[in-house]
Parts: sequence; structure tokens; C-alpha cells
Amino acid sequence: MQTALRTSLPETELASRANFAPHARVVREDGPVQTNGLPLSIRGLRKSFGDNEVLRSIDLHIPAGQFVAIVGKSGCGKSTLLRLIAGLDKIDAGSISFGQDIQPEDIRVMFQEPRLLPWARVLANVEVGLGRDRASTDAHARAEKALIEVGLADKRDQWPSVLSGGQKQRVALGRALVSRPRVLAFDEPLGALDALTRISMQRLLERVWRDQGFTAILVTHDVAEAVALADRVLVIEEGRIAHDVTVNAARPRQRGSAELAGLEGSILSHLLSADDRT
Amino acid sequence: MSLIDSISLPRSFRLPRVDGLIQWIVPLAIIAIWQLASVTGFVPTRVLPAPSDVVLAGWKLLLSGELVRNIWVSFWRASIGFLIGGSIGFAFGLANGLSQLSARLTDTTLQMVRNVPHLALIPLVILWFGIDESAKLFLVALGVFFPIYLNTLHGIRTVDPQLIEMGRIYGMTDGELFRRVIFPGALPSIFVGIRFALGIMWLTLIVAETIAASSGLGYMAMQAREFMLIDVVVLSILIYALLGKLADSASRLLERLTLSWHPAFQKR
Repeated sequence: MQTALRTSLPETELASRANFAPHARVVREDGPVQTNGLPLSIRGLRKSFGDNEVLRSIDLHIPAGQFVAIVGKSGCGKSTLLRLIAGLDKIDAGSISFGQDIQPEDIRVMFQEPRLLPWARVLANVEVGLGRDRASTDAHARAEKALIEVGLADKRDQWPSVLSGGQKQRVALGRALVSRPRVLAFDEPLGALDALTRISMQRLLERVWRDQGFTAILVTHDVAEAVALADRVLVIEEGRIAHDVTVNAARPRQRGSAELAGLEGSILSHLLSADDRT
Repeated sequence: MSLIDSISLPRSFRLPRVDGLIQWIVPLAIIAIWQLASVTGFVPTRVLPAPSDVVLAGWKLLLSGELVRNIWVSFWRASIGFLIGGSIGFAFGLANGLSQLSARLTDTTLQMVRNVPHLALIPLVILWFGIDESAKLFLVALGVFFPIYLNTLHGIRTVDPQLIEMGRIYGMTDGELFRRVIFPGALPSIFVGIRFALGIMWLTLIVAETIAASSGLGYMAMQAREFMLIDVVVLSILIYALLGKLADSASRLLERLTLSWHPAFQKR
């Protein structure tokens, strides 16, 4: 399929793509091909629930198109940070800015649960993701395109109840992608999947991120997943960013390579030493 | 032909149509035993007439047009009463499920009224409405109101809050959220209410027609009692059973059509 498509393009077009395309991967060999993402600046962010101060003064800058993973013990505030970025909860103090005015469709969230409408077929579930464009004439076409991206085109007319856990999560990813978001926030999206499905979903996430170039923020408790996917891993401890680790490994990454394993080990030891102190 | 082929033959012989008939085996067997008991004189016909006599009585009433007229009157009362009570119950269920203010305002009152057996109101209803149509419609509507109110309310309250949050994130307006998330989510529970309500609908109507009516199936049975026409009495009871079954089947069909997404209604 791939080769057939490629050879059907005229020679000249291929040549021009290779040499002059403005979004060619010149600047960052392993980053997204072309960034459509938004940068993110967080200043002095605080959040409490009752007497419990979950986030105390977070300062963070995320460049457009970066893939950031947030790790930490449960209850450290990582999911709260994600919900604040996605605008699901109100911030108590501080600010989150995306450098420009944004539309609701620019930011999407994917949760641990697929949260599909059981009474809507797969295609209709993906159309939900179009937000205010749901009623437009090309809604069907756009939803179908998103389904192809997540590899579920043949399931478009199925009910969600007949899909496997991994397939449901892929539909949820399609729904999040269909509006071409510029920031995509993942709240442990693979937490409920089995090990093999997780790995194939990680590959899928990496692929769509490279294809679409959104800014990705992944909250996970799996440090191996964080170093395999992210450009940068933030370790949150007691409501603060305790460590900010850059992952320079080239993409596509070799799972289980010595480089990644070393990084994973050092991040894990941060987390565990924090555990010992408390 | 090998031995295995000949052994597996009886299994493939089972007709799919037989499955639909299985549910009728027990009722038919009861009728057969009943007929036998009457014919042999084991059960005196003054206590219970033979099924054949009941059918004969039904045939006579059918020819005179009395049967169809009475069934129609009862059916009409049941449907209109159901529609009125069901709509009001549904409306209150929606309002109290969606609005805290509305729930706090009316729920306590409704729960108090619910605990009064609605058939206990018959004397009062007769004083208010006499024995004309509105008395029966009022009682049926009142009886049907509560199961539909309670189950609609329950259905709306138990819609997955994660789905509602999802709908809000994806920019659904309140109307869309109701149409695409809340109402479909509450529908299975609403159907439970409808099926309960159908049972109460017949019960209420029978009692109301038996006590105060000048037409309808209950009235037909009471008239027959006056003239010791026990076959007509039994006929009325059987027709109630059939109509009840019919109403239940109709609601099941509706359920299957609207809840085809639900795992419980998918083809196995």
C-alpha cells in the first residue's frame, strides 16, 4: 500500500518534497516532522482541595511540539496538573498560558477510561471529538480519516461494547485527534491495558504525535513508558517539580536499550529516595 | 455415509421455529389438563367451566359485538391513562433528575403521595368524578405515574458522570448533552419503569372497572357474576392475561429496537 502510493507520485514532486519542503526534518531529527503544537507557560500555579495543598507553585515552560511525560507517586498532584492544563478544574493561583488565544478544540484530553458513548457507533463516537464542527458537512469524512489514523477503519459501524480494551482506547484516541488538537493531554491512557497492547499503543501514540506535531503531555506511573515516549520527563514530588530530565535518545527508540534503561533507573531512584525520606 | 454423520443428524434436525413455541408449551398443557378435568367431571363446571365452554362464550360475545366493544373501551382507558400518568411521571423524573432545585422542591411531596396505595383513593375518586371515564383515567394515571417517575429519576441520576464530563470537554451544549448522553443513558432504566407501569395499569383498571363502571372488561365480568355466567367471568380473566402479555411484548420490542447498543440486547 505504502509503496504503491509513493510510486504514484510524480518524480518531480518527490524531489521537491525531499529538498525544499519547509517542514522537512531539518531542525530536529527526532521530533515531530512539523509542529502544529502550542507552547505552554505555567507560572506560580497552585491548587488545593480543601486543606490539602496538591500543587504548590509550579513553574514550567514547554516548547511547542514537545512530548513531556509527568511521573510521580500516586497523589503527588500529577493528574491535577494535567486537569488544570486541560481546563477541567479551576486554578487557585498563578497562570497557564498558551501564548495566544485558543479554541476549545485546540486542547484535548484522553483518560485512562475510554469514555465512549455505548449507544453511539464507533464513527459517531469519533465525531463527538469535532466539538462545534460536529454539524459540518465533512464531519463524516474527518471522523473516518481519524479512524484510519488509529487503524480502526473497519470498525466504524460497530458498537463500542464489542471492542477490546485496546480498540476502545484507540477509538478514544481517534476522537481526541479528529479536531487536530494543538495540545493533547494524556491521563494514564494506557494504565488499564495489558503489556502487549500497551506497547503497540505506545508506538501508535508516538506515531500520531510525529505525524500531527501537537504538544503532548503524558501523565503516567510507568517510568519505562515515560522514557520510551517523551523528550523530557518531569518528576513531581509533593506538589513541586523535583526533577526535569531530558531524554535525548534518537527516535524511533529501541525499547530496553541501555541508554533508556539507565535513564529509567535514575528516575526510579529519584522516586524511591523520595519515598524513603517520607 | 459414515457412522458419525448418522449420529449427528438429529442435532441438526432441530428447527429454529421450535424455540419460539417453547414458551407456549406450559400454558397449552394447563389448558389441556383443565379440559380433561372438566370433561371427566373431576372439576364441576359450576366451579370452573371447561375451556371449550369459555371459548364458546367468547364466540357468542364476539358475534354480539359486546366483547370487542368492552375490550376496546378497556384498552382505550388503559392507553390514555398510561399516556397521561406516564408523561407527567417522565416530566417530573426529568425535572428532578436534572435540577437540584426541582428535586428539593417536589421529591419529598411525591414520596409521601407514593406511599398512599392509589386504590385506597377509589371512594374519594368516585365522590369527585362519579363513575364516568375521568375516574378510571385518574386512577390509572396515578398508578402509572410513580414507577415511571422513580425509574426516570434513577436513570438520570445514575448516568456515568465520566461520560457527562467527556461531553462537556467536547463542547456539547446542555441540549446536546441531554440528547446524546443523559437521555440514552437513562433509557434502560426508563424501560424498567414502563414495564412496571404496564402491570400496574392493568391492575388499576380491573379494580376500577369492577367497582365503578358501566362498560369495559371489568364491568363485563361483574355483570356476568350477577347472572352466574361463570364462563364469561373466566373469559374476562383470560383476556386480561392476554392483554397484559401483549403490553409486555410491545414494550420488550420497543426496548430491543431502541437499546440495540446494549450488550444484553445484542444477538448472541
